[in-house]
Amino acid sequence: MNWLLEPLGFEFMQQALIIGLLVSIPAATMSCLLVLKGWSLMGDAVSHAVLPGIVIAFLLGIPAAIGAFVAGLFCAIATGFLDQNSRLKEDTVMGVVFSGMFALGLILFNYVHTNLHLDEILFGNILGVSWQDVLETGTVTALVLTIFLIRSRDIMLFAFDPQQARIIGINTRFLHYLLLVMLSMVIVASMKAVGIILVIAVLIAPGAIAFLLTDRFDQMLLIAILIALFCTFTGVILSYHLNSATAPTIVVLMSLAFIVAFLFAPKRGVLKQKSKNIAIDMK
Amino acid sequence: MEKPSDMENPLADTTGAYALPESGEVVIDSPAERAKIRILQRDSGEHSGYSGISAENVTVIYRNGNIGLENANFEVPVASICALVGVNGSGKSTLFKALMGFEHLSQGSVTILGQAAGKSLAKNHVAYVPQNEEVDWNFPVLVEDVVMMGRYGHMGFLRRPSRTDHQKVDEALRRVNMQHYRARQIGELSGGQKKRVFLARAIAQEACAILLDEPFTGVDVQSEDAIIELLRELRATGHVILVSTHNLGSVPQFCDQVILINRTVLDYGETESVFTRENLQRAFGGSLRLHVLGGDELHEDDDARRVTVITDDERPVVIYDEDHNSKSKQDPGKASEPGGSNLP
Repeated sequence: MNWLLEPLGFEFMQQALIIGLLVSIPAATMSCLLVLKGWSLMGDAVSHAVLPGIVIAFLLGIPAAIGAFVAGLFCAIATGFLDQNSRLKEDTVMGVVFSGMFALGLILFNYVHTNLHLDEILFGNILGVSWQDVLETGTVTALVLTIFLIRSRDIMLFAFDPQQARIIGINTRFLHYLLLVMLSMVIVASMKAVGIILVIAVLIAPGAIAFLLTDRFDQMLLIAILIALFCTFTGVILSYHLNSATAPTIVVLMSLAFIVAFLFAPKRGVLKQKSKNIAIDMK
Repeated sequence: MEKPSDMENPLADTTGAYALPESGEVVIDSPAERAKIRILQRDSGEHSGYSGISAENVTVIYRNGNIGLENANFEVPVASICALVGVNGSGKSTLFKALMGFEHLSQGSVTILGQAAGKSLAKNHVAYVPQNEEVDWNFPVLVEDVVMMGRYGHMGFLRRPSRTDHQKVDEALRRVNMQHYRARQIGELSGGQKKRVFLARAIAQEACAILLDEPFTGVDVQSEDAIIELLRELRATGHVILVSTHNLGSVPQFCDQVILINRTVLDYGETESVFTRENLQRAFGGSLRLHVLGGDELHEDDDARRVTVITDDERPVVIYDEDHNSKSKQDPGKASEPGGSNLP
């Protein structure tokens, strides 16, 4: 018990834990969509593309979050535009756009002298967040979660069968962009906690793990959120005792959870499949 | 060709209380009203009086400048099953998309039950049964969840299913005989069962027009018969059903209407008059297998009649006698004859 409570005696640990938990909820929610819709690379792309936005926002004297959000969304929309107006496939276009934007961000970063630390942007600084950051992240969490839960049926149908979604009168184009906006918001909100390199882990792993464990969308959402909360909580506490970097600890725990699910999932796990095959062979 | 007998009643009163509205003038906006019109339609025997699906001068040009469809015209009456027949790339999917309102028409118009395609969508008039390859079968949804998706258009903003929605789902599952599989994940079903689930979704949606894309691909013969039987039932209740298929042999078996398509509509209308050897050759050009067995090869006596077997790599259509109007019958098997020659 003391093992759990001791780290929480420090304010910075409290803040780290709260912001971590707040981030993991919308990230896990969006991860279900990313996994089912095949948007994993989109998450990666948007998270890298925010970098030039952060630097430009600093130049203009506006909050970094806004610059990051605009840049992330620009990447998603530019990808969609190039995909529709060229013969290249979407993942190719995405690779070109986001790596270009990321590289531009790196150049700008060296060129412009900011008070930002590149390390913090890339890898997050969960131990250095302020209550203000916690509040901002909480707002994003509440907003994204509310929209997702209210529209969860439509989002599920959009991911599963966009044609049917259109047939019954859902504005799929609007929904598509709404989801991209939500994705960008979650990435920007996660930046402080996990950084733009590792954010992709929290945006994919929970959904991937939950996907292996269940046959229903609602359960998948719930499991993804619970797994993300558990890994974040454990990761924050563990990193204190191990004196390890917090965000990578969380991500490693999620990867371990994925391996466990991959091997031992009751219906889809590799071991279960193996034993099924053996049972068939024996017959 | 069998049709519900009550549709072939030329003496039915088509004026007064049973008068059908002129095609295209009436806006139907309630399921009750739609049902009423279906019944009127059936009782009056006015087969072509009320248009189910119609296309007028439809032209679709893709972004890259290719023409998907050009000046396509056809009309399918309500209470009918219509086969959409053509080679791959002949514009079948484009036509389906146009009917669903997904395709920008460069010219012309599509109406479903008298309403412009896009408009009828919001009212759940059109249901679509996708090809099996189009569906992500690993998606975490159960059979009953998929059927419930057909009800979303009837639900409110939050899409919370009402008691009626649950009843309609139960009913639809029973009609396709999948009620015992309702809690299965959709990937755990056979090809025919998968198809029936999506058909149940169309039934639960209470659409008047049902579009099926290659419903018999990857489906066992038993399921195929069950699906055909179900389509006949739906026809009897006034639905208009459009089936795109390569399964030429089954077309005369259950379709009373045919649309032949190759970048434009070559011909449409009653199966007997449209689904002919000449028309099929026109629609398929060289991409169809044709076998003609006749005279000495076929008969011991001096019967000069010949058997024509036409196949698009699936169930073949067998036309007995050169004079195709006399008789057409089914080949029971799915396998096509070996050693056939391509059409010139």
